[in-house]
This record gives sequence, C-alpha cells and structure tokens, in this order.
Amino acid sequence: MTDAMIGLVALPLTGAVATLLLPRSATVVAIGAGLATTIAAALLLFGVANQGALHYEMGGWSTGLGITLRADGLSALLLMMTSLVALAASVYASAYFSAASERARFWPLWLLLWTSLNALFLSGDLFNLYVTLELLGLSAVALATLGGKRAAAEAALRYLLVGLLGSMLFLAGVSLIYAGYGTLDLATLPRVVEPGPIAWTALAMMTTGLLLKTALFPLHFWLPPAHASAPAPVSAVLSALVVKAAFYLVLRLWLDVFANVVTPVAANLLGLLGACAVLWGSWRALQAERLKLLAAWSTVAQLGYLFLFFPLLLALPPGPTRDLAAGGLVMLALTHGFAKAGLFLAIGVIQQRCGHDTIRDLDGTAQHLPATTFAIALAGVALIGLPPSGAFLGKWQLLAGAVETGQWLWLVVTATGSLLAAAYIFRVLGHAFGHQPYPNQPVTVAREEWPALLLTAMAALVLGLGGAPVWKLLEIGT
Amino acid sequence: MLTAQVLYGLTACVIVALGLRGALLHASLLQRVVAINVMGAGVFMLLIAVAYRGPGLPPDPLPHALVLTGIVVAVSATALALALARRLHAEQDND
Repeated sequence: MTDAMIGLVALPLTGAVATLLLPRSATVVAIGAGLATTIAAALLLFGVANQGALHYEMGGWSTGLGITLRADGLSALLLMMTSLVALAASVYASAYFSAASERARFWPLWLLLWTSLNALFLSGDLFNLYVTLELLGLSAVALATLGGKRAAAEAALRYLLVGLLGSMLFLAGVSLIYAGYGTLDLATLPRVVEPGPIAWTALAMMTTGLLLKTALFPLHFWLPPAHASAPAPVSAVLSALVVKAAFYLVLRLWLDVFANVVTPVAANLLGLLGACAVLWGSWRALQAERLKLLAAWSTVAQLGYLFLFFPLLLALPPGPTRDLAAGGLVMLALTHGFAKAGLFLAIGVIQQRCGHDTIRDLDGTAQHLPATTFAIALAGVALIGLPPSGAFLGKWQLLAGAVETGQWLWLVVTATGSLLAAAYIFRVLGHAFGHQPYPNQPVTVAREEWPALLLTAMAALVLGLGGAPVWKLLEIGT
Repeated sequence: MLTAQVLYGLTACVIVALGLRGALLHASLLQRVVAINVMGAGVFMLLIAVAYRGPGLPPDPLPHALVLTGIVVAVSATALALALARRLHAEQDND
C-alpha cells in the first residue's frame, strides 16, 4: 500500500513533465495521469481502512533526515476528495480550453498543483509541509493568471504576495519549533511540545500564516478577486481544494501537534473569526452581482463554519461526543469541496454558453441549460446544509456540540448563516427559473455538464446518505 | 559561546520583524517583494543560528539543508512575482 502513496506524488508529477514535453497530446496524457492518480487514492483509502495508518521513508533515509510520507484516515479522505474533484475538473477543462496554446500552458501547471496537494496531505514533517505549501501556492498563482485579463493578473499578484507572506510566517514558526524541540516530525512533536513562550509564539506565527492562506476573516480580502477572475476549472480547485490544504494544516497543528498547548481562549478567538466569516461572507454573497463572485464569497463563509468547530472540540472531553463533532467538521469540509467545485464548473458552463454570469440576466437559464441549473440547485442543497447533503450531517454535529457545551452563540451564527445561504442560492434559482422565455433550444453538453452534476450529487446525496464510513476512517490516527 | 548564538538569533528576529513591517506597510509592489525577501533572510539566519552546537563541534546539518531548500523556494517565488509585475507593467504601458 505504500506504493499507492508514492504513486499519488509520482503519477501527477510524471504527468506534468510529460504534458510539458508532449504539448500536442497533453490532454490525453493529463487525463490518463489523473485517472491513475485517482486509482492510487482509492487504493490508499482502502489500504488505510484495512491496515491502519501507513508511513514510508523515501529512499530508506530515516525520519528527520529524509522525507517521510504518512497517511492516516484524515489524509486518505482528503486525498480521495482531491482526486475526485481534480479528475472531474480535468474532464471539464478538456472541453473548456479550446485553443491548443491554452491547453499547453494549462496542463503542466494543473498536474503540478495536483502533485503538491497530494504531497502536502502525505507529508510527515513540518519542513516538507512548508515546501509543499509553497509549491501549491506557486502553481495556484500561475494557474490563476490564465484568465488572461488584467484583473486576473492583478488578483494573482496579490494572491502570490499574500501566499508568500503566509508561508514565510509559517517557516518562521517552523524554525522556532526546531530551535525549541530539535525535531520537525509530526509524530514526535505531540510528545515533546510543552506550553511555553516558544510553543505559543511558534503556533501563533504558523497559524497566522495559514489563516492568510485559508482566507479566514479578516484575512480573506484576496480570495474573492483571485477566485472570481480565474478560469472556471481553476476557480473550482482553488475554492474546493487549495484553501482546504491550509485548513488541513491548521487542523493538524491545533488538534494534533499542539494539542496540549492550545487554550480555550485561543480556540474561541478562532471561533469568533469563523463566525464573522460566516456572516460577512454570506452577506456579501447575497449582494454579489456575478455568479462567480457569489461562489467566491460563499467560500469565505463556508470556511468560517469549519472554524466554529474549534471552540467546541476544545471544550468537549475526549470521547465519542468529541469524535462525532470532529467527524462533522471533516464531513462539512468534504461536502463543501465537492459542492463548491461543482458549482464553479456549472457557472463555467453558464458563462461559456450564455456569454456572461450576471445573476440579474439569468432568466430562462433553466430552460436553456436544464442539467447545469440542476447542478447549481444540488450545490445549493449542500451549501445551505439541507438533508440529505453531507453538510446537513456536519452542521447537525456542530449544533449538537454547541448545545452540549452550552456555547449558544455558534448556534445562532450557524442558523443565520444557513438562512443567508438559502437566500443567495434561491436568488440565483429564482432568476434561472424566471418567466422570460429563452429564445434558444435546451442544450445538454455531456463533457461539460456531467462533471458538475456528479460532483454536486456527491455532495448533496452520496456523502449524506453514505457518510458513516467517514467517522470510522477518522478513528485511524497516525 | 552561547551569547554569540543568542545575538545571531535575536538579530534574526529583528530582521524578520522589519521584513514583516515592510511587507504589511509598503504600498509599492517592488518594496513588498523585497520586504518579503528580507523577512526570508531573517528566518534563514535564525535557522543558521539554531544549527550552532558549541565551539569545536560541527554544526547541525539539518537546518543548513532547510535553509538551502528555503533559498531555492524563495528565489523561484520572487521570480514569479517579478514576472507577474512585469506583465502588469507592460499592459499598463499599452493602455
């Protein structure tokens, strides 16, 4: 099963080089590499489920000096989501980019992004995490510039500077950790880290850097322009996966590595920022004039929900209730990944078929593009958190945890945020089902519309109805 | 000489703080890119100070390896930032 771990990094990386060398058959090579990577992710998921957490020392170099790959339940789940989302977006991208020159520039960067995501989820020490964070940031910025317009370049440059600042803060924290404890290994650190000035400073610096990258309120300012001006398949992975990678690190640091350093006050601060993100992000999504901006602001809000879990997890004693809440957090993150990627792909179809994505002028889209409108509605079900979506299970655990620990504020925030989400989704659907008869015939374009439909169905139906294994897998720690 | 190590470590922290201040406060793009690099230099210096293990002893090789990797990453990131800035600049001239 360690072969699957190597494959998850090696396959997309080989694909990236191959698409660079063979620009003419880049699409075929890239889809092939994507399929192989997805199979590796599925093998790893089954491997972790059957054999428990896995680790592999590359080249036989021992931990500390060499690169260690690790996979537990959480990373296997995130790797599976990454592969499914990226594969669906790849299929869509093969139809989205029409010019050969665009495709030749897109595929190598795309597979590099995929490689760095996989490497990040598999990394077993803090320095490799820094390197993969930087690789992820660089490939994401380069992809975001492919929108071609001036606005895209400006947004990408701001995205790059914010990302660099974030990774420098993270690296400064990493050096403090090494100065204080002499190891960067994620498995050793929880045993040696003690509360004290070094741990607090390091955690504060690393967390600030990561919050910049995961765009938690008030550090979210760069996200809407960058995600809204990128090409549709790129927006999909930026919103669904790239911000989740930084969030995954916050989760690892706070619940795992620094578990005995984190204080309830600090967790409450994260929760409060999350609450502001939920309310402000949803409010701005409701005000948005363009669909892509709506989706980007909705990402700001949805990331906020994930941070509401931190004060609950800190307050709950270890045991089944806490495990349920932690599973709810991961379920919410997974559902958002699938739903948001599907939403951005569906918006891409509308933008290309109707020539715009202005919400006010969407009247008749339901007649013109029935399958895509259905995908947007499914994504809406997941974003609002209606049953049977995975987000419903996640929010249920959030509410249950809030009641259990008596933290009523998060309950109010979740309810308000969900109502606002319903408002911005129904605003779009209201226009799409508008009375104005659209002059064109209904269109269904399989290669463009299927990826969005499958991703949103995954979020709204599969995760909600068949999500129980998620909790089981999360019991498999490192 | 523990004091020399502490001196280097503290200087490194000051450099990080200066770079951070510059990155947050400067409006000009080039200044911000330089400030982020200054901050990086501070972090690298901190890592080099950490590697010191006492007089006559060989330094810890691991932080050195980290600094080398860090420099490669920082140079590539700076190159991308400058390339993007040039593209924006060229488009400004065309307008």
